[in-house]
Amino acid sequence: MKYDCIVVGGGHAGCEAAHIAAFMGKKTLLVTMNKNNIADMPCNPSIGGTAKGVIVRDIDALGGLMGRVADKSHFQIKMLNSKKGPAVRSLRCQADKITYPKNMLKELEKTENLTIQEAMVEDILVEDNKIKGIVLANSETILCDALILTTGTYLKSNILRGASSIEGGPHGEARSNFLSDNLKKLGFTIQRLKTGTPPRIKANSIDFSVCSPEYGDDTYYTFSHDIKPQYKIEEQQKCYLIYTNENTHKIIMDNLDKSSMYGGYVTGVGPRYCPSIEDKIVRFKDKERHQLFLEPESMHYDEWYIQGFSTSMPSDVQEEMVHSLKGLEHAIITKYAYAIEYDAIDPLQLKPSLETKVVENLFTAGQINGTSGYEEAAGQGLIAGINAVRKLNNLEPFILKRNESYIGVLIDDLVTKGTQEPYRMLTSRAEYRLLLRHDNADLRLRAYGHDLGTITDEMYQNYLNRIEQIESLNDFLNNTKLEITESIKDLFTKHEISLPLNKTTLYELLKRPEITMDFLEQILTISYSEDIKDVVTIAIKYDGYIKKCEKEIERMLKLEEKQIPKDINYKNVKNLASEARQKFEAIRPISIGQASRISGVNPADISILAVYLKKEYGKNE
Amino acid sequence: MEDTIVAISTSLGRGAISIIRVSGNDAVYRVNNIFKGKDLTKAKSHTIHYGYIVDGEEEIDEVLVSVMIAPKTFTTEDIVEINCHGGIATTNRILELLVTNGARIAEPGEFTKRAFLNGRISLLEAESVSDLIESKSEKQRVMALNGVNGRLTNMVRKIRDNILNIVANIEVNIDYPEYDDAIEVTHDYLKKQVYTIESDLKLLLSNARVGKIIRSGIDIALVGRPNVGKSSILNALLNEEKAIVTDISGTTRDVIEASMSLNGIEIILIDTAGIRETEDVVEKIGVDKSKQIIESADLVILVLNNNEELTKDDQELLESIKEKSHIIFVNKTDLDERLNLKTMQNVVRGNTKDLNGLENLKQKIIEMYNLDKINEKDLTYLSNVRQITLVKEALENIEQVLQDLEKNIPIDMLEIHLRNAFEQLGILIGETYEDELIDKLFKNFCLGK
Repeated sequence: MKYDCIVVGGGHAGCEAAHIAAFMGKKTLLVTMNKNNIADMPCNPSIGGTAKGVIVRDIDALGGLMGRVADKSHFQIKMLNSKKGPAVRSLRCQADKITYPKNMLKELEKTENLTIQEAMVEDILVEDNKIKGIVLANSETILCDALILTTGTYLKSNILRGASSIEGGPHGEARSNFLSDNLKKLGFTIQRLKTGTPPRIKANSIDFSVCSPEYGDDTYYTFSHDIKPQYKIEEQQKCYLIYTNENTHKIIMDNLDKSSMYGGYVTGVGPRYCPSIEDKIVRFKDKERHQLFLEPESMHYDEWYIQGFSTSMPSDVQEEMVHSLKGLEHAIITKYAYAIEYDAIDPLQLKPSLETKVVENLFTAGQINGTSGYEEAAGQGLIAGINAVRKLNNLEPFILKRNESYIGVLIDDLVTKGTQEPYRMLTSRAEYRLLLRHDNADLRLRAYGHDLGTITDEMYQNYLNRIEQIESLNDFLNNTKLEITESIKDLFTKHEISLPLNKTTLYELLKRPEITMDFLEQILTISYSEDIKDVVTIAIKYDGYIKKCEKEIERMLKLEEKQIPKDINYKNVKNLASEARQKFEAIRPISIGQASRISGVNPADISILAVYLKKEYGKNE
Repeated sequence: MEDTIVAISTSLGRGAISIIRVSGNDAVYRVNNIFKGKDLTKAKSHTIHYGYIVDGEEEIDEVLVSVMIAPKTFTTEDIVEINCHGGIATTNRILELLVTNGARIAEPGEFTKRAFLNGRISLLEAESVSDLIESKSEKQRVMALNGVNGRLTNMVRKIRDNILNIVANIEVNIDYPEYDDAIEVTHDYLKKQVYTIESDLKLLLSNARVGKIIRSGIDIALVGRPNVGKSSILNALLNEEKAIVTDISGTTRDVIEASMSLNGIEIILIDTAGIRETEDVVEKIGVDKSKQIIESADLVILVLNNNEELTKDDQELLESIKEKSHIIFVNKTDLDERLNLKTMQNVVRGNTKDLNGLENLKQKIIEMYNLDKINEKDLTYLSNVRQITLVKEALENIEQVLQDLEKNIPIDMLEIHLRNAFEQLGILIGETYEDELIDKLFKNFCLGK
């Protein structure tokens, strides 16, 4: 059997990679250990969140699946930061852990050119540093031209609770025992990472009357640009907020040496943004209580997730800990919390296309690259899939820039700076976040999708329609002048807004901070949809800030354009600081821009490199 | 398209002429903005023009300006050279004016680097540039450290920390909107915090004394009763330096301002009206003016007559300068000593009759302001302009925050200005951004799932 493209692993990265490669016309095989665990959500029951929600929008704009599948699979949705500026708004939904994987499998099964096979992969076939195929646990080989590894936490994973360490992945699934060793033999640097998940409890054992409810928004939202809301606002489910207390903290402190982490049973490095409850209590001793959120996992079974209560304590201590919480005194634990340790590769060995530098036509995406989170994985999977296809078609890789998408920021950070802990996307990582907004994902990316062949004609048409609407609204605002009548005068006075000159355009009016689209609609009808009004208002109101940002980007892009030839020999670049030389050799930046973002590289090194490039390669310019 | 860079290309200080070189796409335009004379944008390439460098209405210096249009120039970009009268104060003022007008101070070796990158100079020459650049960062660090003393560095670091704390707090609000332990940064809260930063930065600027001295010289007020010899001291100092004496309009009665150069630093001498209580209205105006001048001067020289006993007026004068930086000059030491002065602090003696009778006075000024340590070869000078520019830029950003707060701009947007200020201060003390913020985030706040 031979495929154009094989994807190993059916998690969030694998689903996007396999779907997009097949959609782009390549004969694709998705290998997973268990079809029922496709798009599994082994940790939190939500998709999106700050910055992550925008990643989902970006995936959707580029033709990926996560957004539309989430829209069909959630029971609560919220726009986070809706009271803050437009640049930091982000959607998050509570996705159903049964429905989401089912809907994802449906999407994959109806994708042409895509085959799904259940198997365990233990080795890869490489010839002359080029990928040839995979070897299954039963020694069967399958050939391919491009391979995408999205193995998640399954490489040599150990499940840890207290002193107990069990070989295996989430849900007690078998782990891949040999793949990471085989990758190591090929020249990959393998690092050990750690993450964790909180306990799950039975719904009918929770006393909700003492917990404070958290509701979904009463406005309709979708991640996807192409489908209408699939839910009813009033049918959304509640989550609940509770707190830890003195007693919980005492139990944890008394048993600290029994936790895997503090007992010294773990070697992997855990993420700072996802600390275990024992971490939080040790590091923030003076905090009297910590927030915990109770979230339903699914409408199809009655387990709840205790967000904020991740731990690696042994089961008996977990019982005590959970029962110390108000409302959970009689809670029945259905799944104990655990920490998981797994192998990952060093992302510095990746090109910005997500192809490995070690083996040609081998791509990796998701947790194997040292990231954390469903959305981060999916974003990488999509890019790896697109670039595998482009590589096979002898086309230049598709690389999103830092000013184009959070996915661009994510991959650039990974391949330029590497990571010592599972990497999570944060809005603070994006210096141009003002442009990377929820409302303009399609404006940033759909044209790329069209050029790449990753979106349908219908999706492209939706985008063109929206642009037309935006232009039409802009024209309307520019061409409509406000005639000040007595009643309008009164309205301004009533709202304590100073009266503008007669015949000021609506466009000029909207520039004023105190005047909103809602206010104008008290004067005249503006018959455009909310999302169009939103995107237009933001562009008008924050024009100054956006321009400032664009100016900075222009400066950055100039450095990005200065390409570094692939065959450069850094030994020939005189006067480079040795740290810079080592980093350049290891990372092999593709542009002066990327080179300047490497930590430990000084501006002087960049100047020297620039001078050298001009000298050696500039003659033909 | 390269930005426009500027640097002083002659050695600084006592030379009769300084040359300021400007290179870049809009070099002509930038210089033209501060030039009174021919419209330089219409000037032919490789021509020289006479005129004035102006700051608004104020004429700063009489200059000759050479205009050289790309590509036949050293950098192959448009170059303008300003030939101005030497002296650190004037040269710097022009440099600063260009920076305010959008030019950037060149990095060491940057003109040569551009010349090479644009193919103007040979490989051999370029190798030496490479060496020059290599030493750059270290030199820059030394420069930064030289210019900003330990106390100042600490001040900057403190301000920077305050900014980072606010930024980290804002970021936590954004990335963990449901996290209830972090203070919600509201407009009012931010205003309070930013006011503190604003006043700290202002203090920093006013404290940058060395920088100020280089930029605008030292204002010295000469005070004393009539006939203690103020005018002869002034004239003695000026004659020696051949400076110009001008009457200041509106203060024809008794206030005279003149400038001289001491160790390359501009000294502005102000001879005040004799101070004493008076009923005469016309004279009172002069006296009030004198008190004002004492208030605003950097240094007050109180002149006493060695040949007379202290009068009530002298006592009052001594009292009024107590809080100021001052020198007590006992004049007329060629006459008999009758002065019963108790204090010995900051007292210098001399007379205008001897050729070197004012040498002690000059030495005292030099000593008080470390003028002998401000050396034209000393890089701290350049970095001082850089530093002042950086602090000013940081302050501008902070002021922008305050302005935008009034306009109700969302806090996550205002934060851009805070970050800019943070970065500018970081460059000032040689600390980089890197992952400081993310580290701060996770150190100060207990976050996670």
